[in-house]
Amino acid sequence: MALLEVRGVGKTFSALRALDGVDVSVRANTFHGLIGPNGSGKSTLLKAIAGEHFADQGTIHFDGQDITAMPPFERAGLGLNLKFQITAVLPELSSYDNLLLSAQAGQSVWTLVRSRSKGALHDEIMDSLERFGLMDRANDLASELSHGQQQWLEIAMSLMRKPLLLLLDEPTGGMSPEERRATGDLLLPIKRQCALVIVEHDLDFIKDICDHLTVLDQGRVLDDGTVAEIEASTKVQEVYTTRV
Amino acid sequence: MSDTALSIGKPARRPLRLIPIVEVVLFVLLIAAPLFISDYLTVIVTRMIILTMLAISFDLCWGYSGIMTFGQALYFGMAGYVVALLANKVGFLQLWGVIPIGMLVGLVVSFLVGWFLLLGKRRPQIIFVALGTLTASYAAERLVAGWGWVGAGNGMSIFDFLMIGDYELEPGKAFYYIAAAILVIVYLASRYLVRSQFGLVLAGMRQNEDRLAFFGYRIQVFKALVFSFAGMIAGLSGALYTYHEGFVGPGSMGIALSTYAVLYGLFGGTGTLLGPVIGVVAIESIGFVLSDQEIVKSFWPIILGVILLVVVAYKPTGLMGFMVSQRERIGTFGVATAKRAIGPKAG
Repeated sequence: MALLEVRGVGKTFSALRALDGVDVSVRANTFHGLIGPNGSGKSTLLKAIAGEHFADQGTIHFDGQDITAMPPFERAGLGLNLKFQITAVLPELSSYDNLLLSAQAGQSVWTLVRSRSKGALHDEIMDSLERFGLMDRANDLASELSHGQQQWLEIAMSLMRKPLLLLLDEPTGGMSPEERRATGDLLLPIKRQCALVIVEHDLDFIKDICDHLTVLDQGRVLDDGTVAEIEASTKVQEVYTTRV
Repeated sequence: MSDTALSIGKPARRPLRLIPIVEVVLFVLLIAAPLFISDYLTVIVTRMIILTMLAISFDLCWGYSGIMTFGQALYFGMAGYVVALLANKVGFLQLWGVIPIGMLVGLVVSFLVGWFLLLGKRRPQIIFVALGTLTASYAAERLVAGWGWVGAGNGMSIFDFLMIGDYELEPGKAFYYIAAAILVIVYLASRYLVRSQFGLVLAGMRQNEDRLAFFGYRIQVFKALVFSFAGMIAGLSGALYTYHEGFVGPGSMGIALSTYAVLYGLFGGTGTLLGPVIGVVAIESIGFVLSDQEIVKSFWPIILGVILLVVVAYKPTGLMGFMVSQRERIGTFGVATAKRAIGPKAG
């Protein structure tokens, strides 16, 4: 059974049909790429899965539960996390505090008021800082980090609660080639921990790390399959050669 | 350089922190002031101390939680009316009961208002909460102004003093120290809250509410909790104020006092607990001095208004913004301390 089942999802903004009957299945511990030309509905689909938008039609099931109308905080509680397209670290908090904030989510108000979990989370936060190469920036404000470091910090934050599924919206946007390569290396070990759904424009990057691809075009699924199958797809080649 | 020689994270940059120094100075002044000022001024400063709690209640809402409340006087006045009624109708005057009753009234009323304004299905806009709280404050003011049982427009006087056992607590030095002790407790409790992991959530909320929702935080619940806690402090302040002034009237829960609470916070600097303290002292002192000057006696509120406007418009961080950096204002909640080598970067 798939970890995430998107069935017939549609979403309309005013007169624009952003998603139209989209079906996507994501299995546990796999990396699933969403690709397609600009405006094809990739980010809208990701937001519908995360709960930033609610689908007008269709259903979304996650880990066996219908989450179609669930607010984002409840989806996060089930193990679904989103990294935004535009970096959304908390700029006036240190890298350490950003991670602490993420790690302590879901704890009771009373625990938070008494600051009971800070000590227990410390090692986990330090491990994460080390893993994402942010140890020497741990006490710096997030706003003082480079763009690439902010992206890594946000991925690290998204992983702190050990999600079952992480949604990444353009994780390498604005990064240098070196930073992209480093990001790929950082993401690969995550497969042991959770599944990924990635929206990304860099096709080389996405081909390198994904097991499965779904190609969207004008709000519909154009094709779906393994990386090799998508590379051989004439429908996909046509869209990419004529519109991208 | 060997790995072990590398520090894992730079130690948190800790330039001179001014807030603790100012806190200590103000605490010493709070203790020592009655020894050096007249009884008349002691009463004036006691009033400031009580109003500081009202200002802190606003700051917890706006400065720490992003809830623009224009109705803090509602809880202040409501608690004032309840303790005045208990004094006049039942003869209950004991401090040990008046303070918890004031807190309870503030807590319950603010919880009900917060429930309506903050805990709806959709997240409310700032303007909705601002207008909602303003309307509640105005409606309550009009209600009591037309209600004869609570004195209507004339309000209610309390003819007895607050009691501690058999001791009558007249406005003066004893009342001053009771109010000062309560302010210290309120300040420390608020400080504990905003510096806790709960406070970290508030700090995150102010910067990006959406992000926190995707972490799994139910933001509106956190807001409603702070709103109710702040209402409880406003209620405590109102109960004390009513006994100190010996009077409660419609103005005690109306929009004028609610707006003063906003101005105290904005002028002193929201987002720090010292801001409201400094805001109250500055605004009340300026008003006190100007109102006594023959040359400006008839138009001193205009001068005060212009000063407030200039500071709030040109220094959104208020007077505290002149003293402390943004980093110190927000503070740190945890520090990287483990001794490990610098991370492997990628790959």
